[in-house]
Amino acid sequence: MALTRSALRLFSGRFTQACQVRGYADAPSMSLTFAAPSQVLYNNISVKQIDVPSFSGSFGILPAHVPTLAVLKPGVVTVFENDGSTKKFFVSSGTVTINEDSTVQLLAEEAVPVDTLDISAAKELLAQSQSQLASASSEVAKAEAEISIEVSEALVKACE
Amino acid sequence: SQQVRGMATLKMISIRLKSVKNIQKITQSMKMVSAAKYTKAERELKLARPYGIGAQEFYKKAEVKDEEGEKGQLIIAVSSDRGLCGAVHSSIGRIVKTDIAANPNTKVVIVGDKVRNILQRLYAKNIAMVVTEVGRKPAVFGDAALVAQSIINSGIEFSKGKILFNAFRTVVSFRTTEMPLYSQNAVANASKLPVYDSLDSDVIQSYTEFSLASLLFYSMKENATSEQSSRMTAMDNASKNAGEMIDKLTMTFNRTRQAVITRELIEIISGAAALETKN
Repeated sequence: MALTRSALRLFSGRFTQACQVRGYADAPSMSLTFAAPSQVLYNNISVKQIDVPSFSGSFGILPAHVPTLAVLKPGVVTVFENDGSTKKFFVSSGTVTINEDSTVQLLAEEAVPVDTLDISAAKELLAQSQSQLASASSEVAKAEAEISIEVSEALVKACE
Repeated sequence: SQQVRGMATLKMISIRLKSVKNIQKITQSMKMVSAAKYTKAERELKLARPYGIGAQEFYKKAEVKDEEGEKGQLIIAVSSDRGLCGAVHSSIGRIVKTDIAANPNTKVVIVGDKVRNILQRLYAKNIAMVVTEVGRKPAVFGDAALVAQSIINSGIEFSKGKILFNAFRTVVSFRTTEMPLYSQNAVANASKLPVYDSLDSDVIQSYTEFSLASLLFYSMKENATSEQSSRMTAMDNASKNAGEMIDKLTMTFNRTRQAVITRELIEIISGAAALETKN
């Protein structure tokens, strides 16, 4: 069992799908806790796959993904649930932790379902942030404006 | 002169009665306000719990341990500015005091005026930072992020750290708990860290900074709920005590009033009797 477990760790992502079909006695499942400070989206729910946007690139998480930590970038998180449905959420920032035992903690600073986003408001925010950058004086103000632009660009992209 | 004393006592009792009645009104309304704030705080806490528990998972799963080193201990004592809430502030103050006694090389970041007042007298040199204007409005993530940013900007270094707060259990009970805080070095040296793939110091730094804010937010939410429920209980007890005092005072008042009347009657009657016998 130990041998097959370590073999499993060598592969990640797609290969584990094939391994799952073979069916171990304790087939790996993935328990997701996806929460924001003021709301809980998933609390230790078993899901099939999660796609996350991170600063080290967007990647998909499947059961028995190699443990890692990543910092979230503004973008869309897609959760593929066990019953086949997909849910998309826009996240502003946060962290994702994948542990050895296939538990995933996705902690987002703000997370909203994508279908609640209003594309015109997002475009307005983008225009506002761009003008903020143009009129920014200090380094801090510039950085804040750039962050604002990044988030609004991602928002617009998510609405499309 | 006894009569004069009787009247004076009567006046005094009625003044006291009025003031205790006012106090009872105030404590009752404070209880109502706390009850409303408690309901809101508890609701927000329920939504924040998975977030707060999730934020601690990595440190448990990666078996992060305190750094070996002499940089001292950091305690973040989470409390609030407002009193009349039972043992909420004093329990935190007590634990900080015993901790500093055991570990003199300790820096304390205090969130909330009340704990500052407790520690100021004897441990002023251990206080690194104080955050005020806490507790009036429910905490939002931005508040915790602000505190976390200030702590990071201040460059405090520590080998061992903890967040001290009151975890909410039930309406009538809370427990003073601590959550461990780990420095970036401690995370980098964690026994299970090699298991985690493709981590560089940037990711670890961002991760620990974000989780500091997240853990602070969670502790603030727990503390707020404990504080409001404790204040509710304290004000309820105060109202009950005031009620008892009012009953006792009312009894005394009535007895004194009747005594005064009886005395007057006696004097009138004995005066009238004296006049009659004279005739």
